[in-house]
Amino acid sequence: MFDVKKIREDFPILKRKVNGENLIYFDNAATSQTPIKVINSISSYYSNYNANIHRGVHSLSQEATNAYELARKKIQDHFNISKLNEVIFTSGTTHSINIIASGYSSLLKKGDELIVSALEHHSNIVPWQMLCERSELTLKVIPITQEGTLDMKAYDSLLSQKTKLVFVNHVSNALGIINPIEEIISKAHKYGAKVLIDGAQSAPHIKTDLKLLDVDYYAISAHKLCGPTGVGMLYGKEDLLNDLPPYQGGGEMISEVTFKKTTYAGLPHKFEAGTPNISGVIAFGVAIDYLNEIDLEQISTYENELLEYGTNQLNLIQGLRIYGKSKNKTPVISFNVNEIHPYDIGCILDKMGIAVRTGHHCAQPIMDFYKIPGTVRASFSFYNTKEEIDIMIIALNKAIQMLQ
Amino acid sequence: MTIKELQKEIVNEFSFFENWTQRYEYMIELGKSLPLINIKYKTNENIIKGCQSKVWVFAELNKDRLEFTADSDAIITKGIIALLIRVFSNQHPKDILEAETGFIDEIGLKEHLSPTRANGLGSMIKQIKMYAIAFQTQLN
Repeated sequence: MFDVKKIREDFPILKRKVNGENLIYFDNAATSQTPIKVINSISSYYSNYNANIHRGVHSLSQEATNAYELARKKIQDHFNISKLNEVIFTSGTTHSINIIASGYSSLLKKGDELIVSALEHHSNIVPWQMLCERSELTLKVIPITQEGTLDMKAYDSLLSQKTKLVFVNHVSNALGIINPIEEIISKAHKYGAKVLIDGAQSAPHIKTDLKLLDVDYYAISAHKLCGPTGVGMLYGKEDLLNDLPPYQGGGEMISEVTFKKTTYAGLPHKFEAGTPNISGVIAFGVAIDYLNEIDLEQISTYENELLEYGTNQLNLIQGLRIYGKSKNKTPVISFNVNEIHPYDIGCILDKMGIAVRTGHHCAQPIMDFYKIPGTVRASFSFYNTKEEIDIMIIALNKAIQMLQ
Repeated sequence: MTIKELQKEIVNEFSFFENWTQRYEYMIELGKSLPLINIKYKTNENIIKGCQSKVWVFAELNKDRLEFTADSDAIITKGIIALLIRVFSNQHPKDILEAETGFIDEIGLKEHLSPTRANGLGSMIKQIKMYAIAFQTQLN
């Protein structure tokens, strides 16, 4: 049984006060809060078995290696990934995307085309722009409709034999809209193009089966999944990852090193150069366990209730406009009120202990599309409540009254 | 009045406010009353880009005094700008260079100068000082 009161007990930070008020944390799309279990796993690692992994013969190193590799297994199971060595630990979604973008510079030739969506976070735009500049490739953009959904007819017309790679997010961070990635993937595959899905915003809300999805590359960050910052995962199909050159050179990623030639290690180590964020990866595994104990289906049902309630309550406010209208959304509401600058609203809500995100959300093309400087974004998680939404509405009305 | 006296005056004004609501209402009023920058100076050249709100600032010399005009697209940012202008406008460049900005902290608005607020205010103070350096050399 989903019991939000009990769940809130798992998050020590939810007890704190901000500016003298109870914290209401509605910036979950930026980072999720961390349950005590995950926090304890980090402290336990440093207190009990801190050691470098994969190389030591001593017991501590064995224990640390086992815990690290157990996390890989947990993540493999959670996302239904075919092979364990297809799970690469990275520092986060941005790092994961850069591994692919950097590797493709040796696989593509002048004139090849890449397709991106207009809904992307800068982290899924800029690495590809850098690649296009280096390798003289063409970057094409799937436009969005006024509702903030992808124009799928336009996508059809962008695809061709020249298309080599398509990269879109599963869910837009700025608007919360869920993209039809199944369709995007199957259509791209018809042209032999590969697809990378940025799952940073979807993984906390939607259970994703990567085998079923048949996606070629998939990237996520642990810190949006109740895990620590600085850790993420890159999934790639084994043969594709084998074809990709390594991203960074260093220890751990080699098979043999001489000054004449170095041969690289196999997957996943080829992409895990240097000492990784060991405690972070272990904690990532614990975070996945935590989410599965509550059950993502239950989380998603509850979060949809919050989304619907929040949307209805916000719509009662005169002059408030919500950006991104779709039945398929994660619990993210991006809005503006009349001509009030989102920064002003954010400042006043903060005074009342409410954390929302304001600004362009690292997705400037979307803001340009709507011709706005940014939005106020309230993003919910399963530990939030309707009562918190009510308090936000009262605070928002006060902010509007002050600012208008 | 000197910069120090003006800062003292502002700190004194703010001491009458009992809570943040009153402080912010005052800031918002100030923001609304700020004489706008001449549209011809509201250019990309004079913009200080914060990640969230934008700030425009322009300076010109009137005899030996520096006059500032400024604007922002966010009203709270504009309110703080109004305070900065009240303190620094019509002052001698040398005095501007030597001035401290601790009064922002004293009136409980320090958070607006934090880099995470990304509102361009920290850069605006730097810009005011840069103008002062430039015009100071001109005066010498």
